[in-house]
Amino acid sequence: MATSPISRRRPRRRTGPGRILAWVALAVLLLVTLYPFVWMLRTAFTGNRAIFNGDYSLIPADPTLINFSRVLGHATPEESIAAGGSGANVDFWLYLRNSIVFTVAIVIGQVGFSATAAYAFARLRFRGRDTLFAVFLAGLMVPPIFTVLPNFALVRDLGWLDTFPGLLAPYLLMTPFAIFFLRQFFLGIPPEIESAATIDGAGKFTVFWRIILPMSTAPLSTLAVITAVFAWNEYLWPQLVGKDEGVRLLNVALGVFAQSSPTSSPDWAGLMAAATLQVIPVLLLLIVFGRRLVNSIGFTGIK
Amino acid sequence: MTLTVGRSSPPKIAPARGRRRTAGDPVVAWLFLLPALLGFTVFYLAPTIRGFWISFTDWNLLSEPRFVGLDNYRDMLADDKFWNALRITAEYVVINIGSQTVLALAIAVLMDRLTRSVLVRAAIVIPWLVPNVTVAIVTLFMLDHNVGFVNHILDVLGFEPQSFYGDSDQAIATIALVNTWRNMGYTALLFFAGMQMIPRNLYEAAAVDGAGEWTMFRRVTLPLLRPVTVLVLVVSIIGSFQIFDTVAVTTKGGPADATRVIYYYIYQKAFNEFHMGYAAAMAATLFVILIALTATQMRLLRASSSDLR
Repeated sequence: MATSPISRRRPRRRTGPGRILAWVALAVLLLVTLYPFVWMLRTAFTGNRAIFNGDYSLIPADPTLINFSRVLGHATPEESIAAGGSGANVDFWLYLRNSIVFTVAIVIGQVGFSATAAYAFARLRFRGRDTLFAVFLAGLMVPPIFTVLPNFALVRDLGWLDTFPGLLAPYLLMTPFAIFFLRQFFLGIPPEIESAATIDGAGKFTVFWRIILPMSTAPLSTLAVITAVFAWNEYLWPQLVGKDEGVRLLNVALGVFAQSSPTSSPDWAGLMAAATLQVIPVLLLLIVFGRRLVNSIGFTGIK
Repeated sequence: MTLTVGRSSPPKIAPARGRRRTAGDPVVAWLFLLPALLGFTVFYLAPTIRGFWISFTDWNLLSEPRFVGLDNYRDMLADDKFWNALRITAEYVVINIGSQTVLALAIAVLMDRLTRSVLVRAAIVIPWLVPNVTVAIVTLFMLDHNVGFVNHILDVLGFEPQSFYGDSDQAIATIALVNTWRNMGYTALLFFAGMQMIPRNLYEAAAVDGAGEWTMFRRVTLPLLRPVTVLVLVVSIIGSFQIFDTVAVTTKGGPADATRVIYYYIYQKAFNEFHMGYAAAMAATLFVILIALTATQMRLLRASSSDLR
């Protein structure tokens, strides 16, 4: 770190002050980007009373865990009201679990089924292949709100409102983007590899399962991470179809929690504790897949 | 070219290549495709067709839909709230895309000139990884009139406290800038990736000629980045038109309709008032607007790439 910047800086380094100014600008942008999360975390450990007392110090004077135990349903109603909550029963463990089930199911379903379809589009020969692929791609153009109306009616007619099948159905089997993304990669695999295996008597399915998939772990995991971020962010459909407590997702619960909080003195500490729970899985994802994610943005370009 | 190969050759080539493998191909292919095809047909294709059909009916989700021809579209064109929603959405898109693009370009250039650090890039993309709902709630608190941190800073600097989300003059700009804050890091990474494809020696040559950073940005980076910029704009403008989550959680279209964007109006018509036909007519109109926009921008993209060659 100490040596390399000097050697590569030389050719384009011009003015000292300009460079320092640029670093300051970047630092300010990073601060603006990250500070709201620092403040969220800080508030989650603060009592509601301290918020309204006008204490803006970075480390709260009297740190507390009460907000987390409140939103996780461990505090009694009395404790909760004393801490500035509504006293209503909230159980974010349940919503967290639902969100994780939702996200994991979508990642597995979407990536898996899109991979088989993408392979068919990239490598197998059948009548109407390219026309069908173009039709699939056109699906990218349809704004979600347009299909949400009929899809809601469909899911209701199937009796799937407030169930996981209803929540998952529109996402589980494919997205045009996932198929497009994987097809691009499969097209780049040299066909000789497959034909060698085929001569050895392997069927298409074996080739796909034993050769193509193991070769594709990088794009598959990139797609999985992007899909997880997308699923974790999803709100319109889940709040329409999954209002019921048993299938309520964290996003939906946060929205409900925000609206049930009194407008005169909102339960900010509780809200920030709940928001923190929402952010932690994202940070875990970033820690594990950070490099891959960051490097893959730009090559995907879409979404 | 691929189109002709896919259409005409398989039956002719098949016997020559060995019967078993090629004869099995279509069957296997359709098996591979089956789940995705089912998903596409049921949740993309059918609802798109049905969506247009609903837009020609009067339907409240309970009774049988009644065909009314173009009535919904006629009502829509005479509805002030519809035009208001379009106007507000346009305002949102302009503020959001304008500020987001400029800031993202600035961040990308700074990173390009200063550091390749993965850590910096990971940090800058964090808000984009956090759900819209969470961002809405955190910023609702940050921008609160009484206890919000931003007003605390304004106070320290000697300014009056602002209502942001609660002020009908500021609300749509607030939502636009909050989403700029959320997306600028991600957009910056797209630009950054594009900048990595610009040959470094162009900058060195420019530096030898005595060009400053600003000249290099204007004469080298911007022109060579144009195809990437257009593509990023196409994708982010389409996304920007679909603003919903932040509005639904923070302002619910208020105060005084100041943030009732088109997505939110469609949603209200469909699921609060159960005017499915009317909602579908507006959604279909939005669909057409987006297609027209994309087509125009794609034209620009083609124009710009041929420019470079």
